[in-house]
Amino acid sequence: MSSMTVAPEFDRVPQTLNHKAPMHWSQPIVYLVAVIAAAVSIIPVSFVVLGGFRTNIQLLESPAGFPNPWIFSNYAQILVGRNASVFWGSVAASVFVALMTVLLVVVLGTSVAYAIARMNLRGAGALFAVFAAGLMFPATIAILPTWVILREIGLLGNHMGVVIPQVAFALPTTVVILTPFLKAIPKEMEEAAYLDGCTRTGFFFRILLPLSKPGMVTVGVLAFVGSWNAYMLPLFVLQVGGANVQIAGLDLSRTLPLGVQQFQSQWSTNVTLVMAFTSLAVIPALVFFLTMEKHIVNGLAGAVKG
Amino acid sequence: MTHTVTVDKPLASAAAGAGGLSPMRTEQRKKKVSWRERLEVIGFTVPALVVYVAFVFVPIGYALIMSLFDGSPVAPFQNFVGVDNFTRIFNPTQMLGQPFFWDAVRNNLLIAVMSLLLQGPLALGVALLLSRKIKFRQVFRLLIFVPYVLSEVITGVIFAQILNPTGALNALITDITGADAAVRTAWLGYQGGVGSPSFWILMGVLTWKYIGLAIILFLAGLSGIPEELTEAAMVDGASWWQIQRKITIPLLSPTIRMWAFLSLIGSFQLFDMVWILFGPTQLSRQGLHTMATYMVSQGMNANRVGYGSAVAVVLFVMTLIVALLYQKFILHRDIGKDA
Repeated sequence: MSSMTVAPEFDRVPQTLNHKAPMHWSQPIVYLVAVIAAAVSIIPVSFVVLGGFRTNIQLLESPAGFPNPWIFSNYAQILVGRNASVFWGSVAASVFVALMTVLLVVVLGTSVAYAIARMNLRGAGALFAVFAAGLMFPATIAILPTWVILREIGLLGNHMGVVIPQVAFALPTTVVILTPFLKAIPKEMEEAAYLDGCTRTGFFFRILLPLSKPGMVTVGVLAFVGSWNAYMLPLFVLQVGGANVQIAGLDLSRTLPLGVQQFQSQWSTNVTLVMAFTSLAVIPALVFFLTMEKHIVNGLAGAVKG
Repeated sequence: MTHTVTVDKPLASAAAGAGGLSPMRTEQRKKKVSWRERLEVIGFTVPALVVYVAFVFVPIGYALIMSLFDGSPVAPFQNFVGVDNFTRIFNPTQMLGQPFFWDAVRNNLLIAVMSLLLQGPLALGVALLLSRKIKFRQVFRLLIFVPYVLSEVITGVIFAQILNPTGALNALITDITGADAAVRTAWLGYQGGVGSPSFWILMGVLTWKYIGLAIILFLAGLSGIPEELTEAAMVDGASWWQIQRKITIPLLSPTIRMWAFLSLIGSFQLFDMVWILFGPTQLSRQGLHTMATYMVSQGMNANRVGYGSAVAVVLFVMTLIVALLYQKFILHRDIGKDA
C-alpha cells in the first residue's frame, strides 16, 4: 500500500520541473539585472582603485578603462614612502579603537545580559528595559554634550575618548541581542553544572561563554563595523580635540576615516594620490566585511526583532 | 557553617537529604548565600551600567540643560536664557541670515521618504531576481554588498572625486562629447536646496550606498520562506508573478517593515556623507543641511552650543515620535508575533 501512495508523488516530480521550464526564457533577464546591479555597485570603487594606478595627466586624458601604462608610484608613496607614517598610523589608530571597543562591548554586554537572562533578578525586566531604551537615543544627538563631558574629564584628543562613548552606545544593541540568546541555553545544562559543583560565575565562564560564542561574534562584529566606520565622534574627539599621537614614527592622531578626509583636503591637487590612499583605506574593511557578511546581516536583523 | 557548605553544593544535599527536607534546605540556601549572589549581580551589572549611564543618559541630561543656556563649547553653562533657544527654533524670523532649522527638517523628511520610495521597490526587484538559483549567485551578492560596507566617509570621498569640477564625470563627458573646452560642471555646487540637481545627486549617492543593505536583508528574509509553499503554488499552476505577489512578498513583509524602520531612523541621523560631500559652509549656502549637520554647524562651528543642544533635543523628540508611531502602527504585529 505504502509503495502505491509514494509512487504517484515520484511521478509528479518531473511535472514540477516542467512547471519551472516556462520560466527559463526569463533567465537571461535575471543575469542582466544581476550584472547591472553588480556593475553599478563596484564601478565607482574600481574607478578609484584604478585611478590610483594613473598619473593625474592620464586621469584627465582617459579616465575610463585601464591605466596605460600602470603607475605604481602613488601606492608606493603611501605604503612605504613619505605618506607611510600617516597611512599606517591611521590604520593602527583605527585598529586600536575598534579592538578596544569590541573588547569592552563584549565583556560588559555579555556580563550584564547574563545577569538579566539567568540570575533571577527581581529587576531583570526593568534592567533590560533600561538598556533597550538606549536604542531610542542615537549617538548623534549626544555629540555636543559628549564633547563637553570628555573635555571636562580630560579625554579630548585621547583615543579612549572615542572608545568609551562608542561602548556606551553599542551596549543597548548588544544587550538586546545577547539576552534572548543567553536565555535560550537550556536550564537543565545550568542545573547539571551546579550539580557538578559549579558556581554561577563558574557556569558563566566555563559553559555559557563558550556556548554563546555565535551571539558574541555577532555583537562583536557589529561593534567593530560601527567603530571602524565612525566619523562624527572621532572628528569631535580627535580632530576638534586636537589629538597629536606619534608612536614609533607613526602618526596615530587620526582614525582611518579622518585620515582619508584629511588626506583629501591636504593633497587636493594630486587627485590620483588621494585615490590611492582611499583605495588602500577601503581594502581592510572590505576584506573584513565580506568575510563577516553573515554576522552583520544577522546582527542587523536581530537588533530590530529583539 | 557546615550547613552552608552542604547547601552550597546541591549535589551533597540531594544525596544526603530525605525528600521531605529538601524544600527547607533550598530556602536556607537562598538566604545564606544571598550576599554572595548580590556581589555576583553587582559585578556583572554595575560596570556596564556605569559606562552606559555616564555616556548615554548623562550626555542627554547635559544636552537638556545646555539648551537652556547661550554658552559656547568651552563654557556651556554661561548666560542662562531659558527657552529662548527653542523659541528661536520654532520662530525662524529671529534668526535673520542664518540657515533655518525647518529647512533642515524638510530636507530630512524628503530624504527619508525618497530613500524608502527609491530603494524599496528597486531592492525588492533585485532581491526577488537574485533569490533564484543562478550561477555565481554568491559573487553577485558580495559585489552588491560592497557599497554598504564602505564607510560613509570613503563613499563621500569617492563621489567627491568623481563629481568634482575637475573630477572623473566631467572628464568622461568631455571625452565622450569631444567638447573643445573641458567640461567643468560643479555637480555638488548647485544652489536651491531640495529643488536643485545637487540634492538629487545626493539622493543618488545615498541610494547607491544603502540599497545593498535592503537587498541583503530582503535576500535573508527570502531564504527563510519555505520552498514547499512556492512549489505547491507552482504545482497549482500559479505564474511566477502570482507567486511573488500572493506568497513571497506577503511573507517578506516583516523584513520589509524592519528595513523601512532602519532606513527611516538612519535618514534622521544622516550626517557623515552630507558633511563630507558638501562641507559645512557649502551646506549653509546651498540650503542642504540635514538636522544633524545643522546641529553641528551651529553648536560647534558657530560656537553656539546652547542653540545646537536645543536642536539636538528637538531632533531627539522628533526621532522618538517617528519611532514610536512606527512601532505602534506598523511594527507591532511583528513584535507581537515574536514574543
